[in-house]
Amino acid sequence: MSAEAAVRVEDKLYLNRYLVDAGRAHIKVRPHTTPSPQLLSLVNVCPAHCYEMNSTGQVEITTDGCVECGTCRIIAEPSGDIEWNYPRGGYGVLFKFG
Amino acid sequence: MIEERFDAIVVGAGMAGNAAALTLARKGLKVLQLERGEYSGSKNVQGAILYSDMLEKLIPDFREDAPLERHLVEQRFWMMDDNSHTGLHYRSDEFNEERPNRYTIIRAQFDKWFSKKVQEAGAVVLCETTVLELLQDAYGKVIGVRTDRKNGQVGADVVVLAEGVSGLLGTRAGLRKTPDKSNVALAVKEMHFLPQETLEARFNLRGDEGAVIEAVGTISQGMTGMGFIYTNKESISLGIGCLVADFEKTGQTPYGLLEKFKQHPSVAALIAGSEVKEYAAHLIPEGGFKAIPQLFGDGWVVVGDAAQLNNAIHREGSNLAMTSGRIAAEAIFQIKSRRDPMTKENLALYKKMLDESFVMKDLKKYRDMPDLLHIQAQNFFLTYPQLVSKAMTNFLRVDGTTKREKEKTTFRSFLAARSLTGLVGDAFRLARAWR
Ligand SMILES: Cc1cc2nc3c(=O)[nH]c(=O)nc-3n(C[C@H](O)[C@H](O)[C@H](O)COP(=O)(O)OP(=O)(O)OC[C@H]3O[C@@H](n4cnc5c(N)ncnc54)[C@H](O)[C@@H]3O)c2cc1C
Ligand code: SF4
Repeated sequence: MSAEAAVRVEDKLYLNRYLVDAGRAHIKVRPHTTPSPQLLSLVNVCPAHCYEMNSTGQVEITTDGCVECGTCRIIAEPSGDIEWNYPRGGYGVLFKFG
Repeated sequence: MIEERFDAIVVGAGMAGNAAALTLARKGLKVLQLERGEYSGSKNVQGAILYSDMLEKLIPDFREDAPLERHLVEQRFWMMDDNSHTGLHYRSDEFNEERPNRYTIIRAQFDKWFSKKVQEAGAVVLCETTVLELLQDAYGKVIGVRTDRKNGQVGADVVVLAEGVSGLLGTRAGLRKTPDKSNVALAVKEMHFLPQETLEARFNLRGDEGAVIEAVGTISQGMTGMGFIYTNKESISLGIGCLVADFEKTGQTPYGLLEKFKQHPSVAALIAGSEVKEYAAHLIPEGGFKAIPQLFGDGWVVVGDAAQLNNAIHREGSNLAMTSGRIAAEAIFQIKSRRDPMTKENLALYKKMLDESFVMKDLKKYRDMPDLLHIQAQNFFLTYPQLVSKAMTNFLRVDGTTKREKEKTTFRSFLAARSLTGLVGDAFRLARAWR
């Protein structure tokens, strides 16, 4: 994916309201040296671009912009790549329109 | 958390959960409804078209105070290639009736209103509460839930799982499998605001009239998918969705697709100058009849999207959610009235009643459609739209070529792309799946 598209999705997320549960990420990536194909696909598939490859080749997640769609769970929970939970009650994305 | 026991706990305050909780509370049952969002609707995403009939069965006079946007008088289907669309439009003044059949709504606002009705009916509605797991006894019977509140366990005779498409609780408890990536679509959408007069002029609307555009074609880049444009009072809901498995396979970004859809010449003019106020994403069950899991068990039933009750061909989900929620509640009430326990055997009544409703009958009718569209995505979403567009240009362009030659060119282009057996086969398969 191009860097240009990444910038655009951040602009989109900026429109949304969130109540971030600081220090309690609701999704965790299992430690790995080389990402599985499923995990790697999330860098593009996640609609909030929460997944990103770091400089040493591992896929990391930042959940702040997560819109809680569940797509990454469908793809990468069966392979054991991620651990997925809902944010605590009241936290996370707050849709005004939905 | 709460010391008391309840007759029923409803997990989730979306369309299915609200319908179930409302029905149970009205019948006099002691109901607790749990929702993880700040309020009912704050986590929910939809196009959104509301079908009146299914809501009327719950709240007959809903038109008096429900937050409705526009009643629909026009439906447009578009088949798009990169520069054009071939459209089928249907508009009728008969849709300007006293009790219109379809409305656009904004889910966060609609659900809030719906939830107020649930509370007025006497249910205890607890928001900002995430249910973490189902409590089961030694025999696997569901006896309550554990939430993220302090001392967060609550017991009930029956738990209605209205937890939406992801269905985390039911899958964790082993009641059903996590939906397969080829049976769910990911949709992304934006809310575009425009002055009301501008919106009405662009879509040729008067008063509360509304229009809907649903589009397939090269916009989904060969994936099984669909774009939509729905008119609200002073905003447009615009989005696109494709199968999760296709996104994974192609590496397309959802927001990249959305941007492309917005830039399409047929779409750009409709949203020019709009102010975007929200970006959302959500899954949609697409597996149809064959993907429906076990719907009941000892101490539990599952309703709505969590049960994958969604008619992807007709873009219907909320009405199936509301209906399954209501029917489950009616079944529970019947069992309760007989003073029978909430066993699997007794709760089978819910499935029996649902089988007799339009929900199961419609889903059964289209049981072969998902497979056809998913396996043949390239043909139905890429090749045919391009061919149709070519055929239309060829038909309309007046350039001295004889009409007979033009027909031949069009026919040859179809043959070259799909072969005669391919064309006849596709037509046959489509007709059979539609039957
Ligand atoms: C883009 C898009 C467009 C659509 N367009 C249409 C349309 O035009 N017409 C139509 O009829 N349908 C449409 N649908 C489908 C429709 O939105 C769904 O079928 C409907 O919302 C299902 O209702 P539900 O109550 O089953 O699930 P939801 O509405 O998703 O509600 C589930 C609720 O449960 C809560 N919840 C989940 N887990 C927990 C937990 N562990 N603890 C506490 N609370 C929990 C959630 O926060 C949520 O409020 C569309 C869907 C999408 C995504
Ligand atoms: S739930 Fe959706 S938005 Fe959140 S990280 Fe997963 S794919 Fe991204």
